[in-house]
Amino acid sequence: MEAIINDIGFIIGTTLMYSTPLMFTSLGGVITERSGVVNIGLEGMMFFGAFVAATVAYYTQNPWLGFLCAGLGGAFLGLLHAIACVSFAAEQIVSGIAINFLGPGLALFLSRLFFDGATQTLTIPNKIPLPLHFLFGEGKLFKSAGFMDLVFNRFATVYLAFLLVLLVWFVLYKTKVGMRVQAVGEHPEAADTLGISVYRIRYGAVIMSGFFAGLGGASMSIAVVSRFSNTLISGHGFIALAAMIFGKWKPQGAMLACLLFGGAKGFEIFLGAKGVPVSSSLLAMLPYILTIIVLVGIVGKTTPPAAIGKIFDKSGK
Amino acid sequence: MTAIDFSQKTVEMINVVKKFGDFVANDGINLTVHKGEVHALLGENGAGKTTLVNCLYGLYHPTAGTIRINGRELNVTDPNVAIQNGIGMVHQHFMLVEPFTVTQNIILGRETTKLMGILDLSAAEKKVAEISERYGLAINPRDKIEDISVGSQQRVEILKALYRGAEILILDEPTAVLTPPEIQELVMIIRNLTQEGKSIIIITHKLHEIKQVADYCTIIRRGKYIDTVEVDTVTEQELASMMVGREVSFAVEKKPQKRGPKILTIDNLVVEDNRGIQALKGLSLELHKGEILGVAGVDGNGQSELIEALTGLRTVRSGKILLHNKEITGALPKQIIDGYNIRTIPEDRQKRGLVLEFDVAENLVLETYHKKPFSWRGVLNHPEIYQYADDSAKEFDIRPANPYLTAKSLSGGNQQKVIIAREVGNDPEVLIASQPTRGLDVGAIEYVHAALVEQRDRGKAVLLVSFELDEVINVSDRIAVIFEGKIVGTMAAEGVDENEIGLMMAGGTS
Amino acid sequence: MTLDAAALKKKFLSGSIGLTLISIFLGFALGAIVLLAAGFNPLEAYWVILKGIFSRPKYVSYVIIYATPLIITGLSVAFALRTGLFNIGAEGQYIVGAIVAAAAGYFFKLPLILHVIVAVGLAIIAAALWGGLAGYIKARFGVHEVISTIMLNWIALYLSNFVVTLQAFGKQGTGKTYAIQSTARINLLSDWKISEAGIEFIRSHKMLGDVLKSPINVGFIFAILLAVLVWYVLNKTTLGYELRAVGFNPHAAEAGGINVKRSMVVSMLFAGGLAGAAGAFQVLGVSHRIAKLAAMEGYGFDGIAVSLIGNNTGAGSVFAGLLFGALKYGGSKIQDAMQAPTEVISIMIGIIILFVAMPNLIRLILTIKANRASN
Repeated sequence: MEAIINDIGFIIGTTLMYSTPLMFTSLGGVITERSGVVNIGLEGMMFFGAFVAATVAYYTQNPWLGFLCAGLGGAFLGLLHAIACVSFAAEQIVSGIAINFLGPGLALFLSRLFFDGATQTLTIPNKIPLPLHFLFGEGKLFKSAGFMDLVFNRFATVYLAFLLVLLVWFVLYKTKVGMRVQAVGEHPEAADTLGISVYRIRYGAVIMSGFFAGLGGASMSIAVVSRFSNTLISGHGFIALAAMIFGKWKPQGAMLACLLFGGAKGFEIFLGAKGVPVSSSLLAMLPYILTIIVLVGIVGKTTPPAAIGKIFDKSGK
Repeated sequence: MTAIDFSQKTVEMINVVKKFGDFVANDGINLTVHKGEVHALLGENGAGKTTLVNCLYGLYHPTAGTIRINGRELNVTDPNVAIQNGIGMVHQHFMLVEPFTVTQNIILGRETTKLMGILDLSAAEKKVAEISERYGLAINPRDKIEDISVGSQQRVEILKALYRGAEILILDEPTAVLTPPEIQELVMIIRNLTQEGKSIIIITHKLHEIKQVADYCTIIRRGKYIDTVEVDTVTEQELASMMVGREVSFAVEKKPQKRGPKILTIDNLVVEDNRGIQALKGLSLELHKGEILGVAGVDGNGQSELIEALTGLRTVRSGKILLHNKEITGALPKQIIDGYNIRTIPEDRQKRGLVLEFDVAENLVLETYHKKPFSWRGVLNHPEIYQYADDSAKEFDIRPANPYLTAKSLSGGNQQKVIIAREVGNDPEVLIASQPTRGLDVGAIEYVHAALVEQRDRGKAVLLVSFELDEVINVSDRIAVIFEGKIVGTMAAEGVDENEIGLMMAGGTS
Repeated sequence: MTLDAAALKKKFLSGSIGLTLISIFLGFALGAIVLLAAGFNPLEAYWVILKGIFSRPKYVSYVIIYATPLIITGLSVAFALRTGLFNIGAEGQYIVGAIVAAAAGYFFKLPLILHVIVAVGLAIIAAALWGGLAGYIKARFGVHEVISTIMLNWIALYLSNFVVTLQAFGKQGTGKTYAIQSTARINLLSDWKISEAGIEFIRSHKMLGDVLKSPINVGFIFAILLAVLVWYVLNKTTLGYELRAVGFNPHAAEAGGINVKRSMVVSMLFAGGLAGAAGAFQVLGVSHRIAKLAAMEGYGFDGIAVSLIGNNTGAGSVFAGLLFGALKYGGSKIQDAMQAPTEVISIMIGIIILFVAMPNLIRLILTIKANRASN
């Protein structure tokens, strides 16, 4: 009985761990798309963030500094995306594709410079800490490898991700800035006539989305694992994008979708660990199939922000 | 009755010039408005009225010229400056965020907050309700915009300006979307506002509205300042010729009608709009050969859905469409065009009518590219297509007569000519024309009307849908009034009582 | 006369080809700055790349081999884009094409040319259906093709990784399938090359022998033919007319009697088929098998870049594909020659696309330059 409970704890725990990078990135997606800018460059931003985090954490031995710098790295790519899409009326998907070449390109270029020609970093000395260990000492609060330990004794990034969901929700729906972001995403001309700078709001939102995607990459490279490699991110940014749509452009919805995708991963790892003879490839396929099925079911009943992907250009009028 | 205080000039625009690249939208325009005055800006579509007020409101920056507000020279760099100086604007296309509530829309940009930017909606709601009551606007601050009527949305826009302390209110084509009774309500609201000392600038091209509500009128033609006149001293006819630059006859020249047999029957048609709400609730109509049947009504009473149902673009829930007594309900667009030869001039020429990136020739064969001689066995015959386009450009006076130009590069009037050439050039049995003169200047409007009348004189059937009551009365032989998805009355156009139709358009019974 | 030349220059620069060339130039310029910042001599690096492309016939033939799949996936993306659809799914369609070609190439026992036709044909059909599925989901349910094709890419990747583990298809634990039959290969003279006469020929003929050292195959010829086909279908047929009309303005196309939903599906069928052909030629001509993938190989994503840089035309895709192939192949040499990271190529490509996406910026730069010149 205890074994089964522990197994469930293991699945929940891995789910939380793997959902975290998606949640950060997906929240970034919510922010930018609610302001009306599509960002399929989340993948590239996450990739770059993962690299920056591991590199800074390796050289400074400080994972938190790595975490912060990853956000800034993502924000830098966000800035490029914003310059293209907001100031120069670029096709947003095309600019996103450019970011998806630039992010990995820069990451691997720098990786080879800093790590002797390798496309991966060395193992970092200190990962993002487990706050419960930090506060209560190892194995003091919960029994080691017991259910509670497996579920709750998680990296700080996991707690942060959930806090961030709450924060984004609050800012978006309860504050002045959030209302402006929504207005800009729904009807930029209306916001403009009321003296709200559409450009400024969109710049802010896109850069913020890059920052969050960078954090998402970091929570992969310096928490889930302890190094960056060139196949670490492969596709997580795209999944986060899908989760955002799946979650109907709402922070709480995106969170649930990320938990679902993370759960699929957790289940896959659990079955692998138990040696269950199911093809891991087929299991890995499931979340994607599920997404398509769900999208087929829900699209039409969801409304994206009305001005999404549309260029707002004052000078052209 | 007039509340004008001539000692206080609230707005002075002096020699304002606005260029977009090489195009001069405003070429030295003057405008003076006093406290308590209603000042009309009159001009054709594209004359530069909206550009001028956008300069006043800070959405554009004038290339040259001076703007004074309450006697003080002002550089209106952006709407915030305008708002701070008591200028408010109600745009032609409402600037409202649909999923937001009335209150959210009104406070946007001027949010009432508690600590740290946290919204205080209940305080805002109270204030909105207060102002609404003071000016008799009857608005519920908690309603969502997507749930309220167009008339209410306009009042929200006015409220938005008043909330910001507007003393000068710009109304851009405010009556275009209103029913005649709603227009009367708006006139009352405008009178209330001037009594309170507000100045109103109203943009319009409807002459009788100017006569009814405005004190002064400034006329603009092709970006140039023509004159400012006291409205009481001029006739509508004089205003019209100043606007167009020549004598205008409002009457459409028509031969006596030779009405033929019934060709198209619409029987008890029920159609839903995009949200799944019934837009046509059992609409019935009959159209005869050799007549123009005009459908009069205010925007949003099911006109678009009617056209879409007739052209096969929208599913018919119940009811029938008959052509020559043969049922054609549920036919696909291709069948309707090719098989039944029903052609349409769509209401939005840039959305439904043209592929703007295609050249003129490609647009002209949009419905016939798959037929001989334009293609054979799936391969296009370009020489034939461009030859045909050359001929059409001559016949329909499309300028410039170059079939290789993209549709995008043509003026609105010439774009409409391309559509007419395509639809009429195929010699239709039934021609459906929806808002065929929207946004066109007077010359192009006359051209379109003549084309419709020519079809009728050749014994063809024409169904004209328009929101401009004048147009319907002048062009049609018979008029059907549409209200909330039903035809509420049909009558001969000749000698019709305009007030009676106006009442029917608003759902009243005569 | 000089005035005409100036006007001509202005027209060229503001046209789409001019803008693309300026973007490419800026990509190289900023790439040089990146190299410089990292402490490398950009001129030296570009010289190494240039030598790596042109200094030996073998290199040139490798460039062509690198470019072949990119040209075809570029055509796939371009074709869909002309109908207004963003085929991010070329990657997955390529993988599906590769799986089917590898399977047909290994399991079927057929005579020489027929085997190739069957393998390529089946690969195209399967990939067309894979792409068409995204088109269908969009037409029927309104799911945006960017999202559905991203999902389908990953499904294809894992499908490929699953297939590789099947006992009948590959030796357990190797992570790759058995090689395809020699009858299914499209390499030129592959048997003769390892015969005594062949070895002797390669040794004695410097130029041709060098070319033959690379796995040259007829894929490139097919890529050119496909580019011509794409141009012909889009510009000369009623089908192409319909697809372009839908791409520019689906509302007007629909009102004109064109079946918009059908066009979406047809366009994605075509696009999928093209990407599948790229996968098939790669398997039949270069890899001869498929292997477990740790991550996306990127042929489809690179195809997006090729299409965008090539202005979404057939001819443009050929040139952009060759450029991309050359940079990828030549760029790989700066790693060994001067320890400069080859990923500078990805950065350059990213920059080029970013500028291609911003014609407004380039026009602004040109206007400022023109104004300065006139002052």
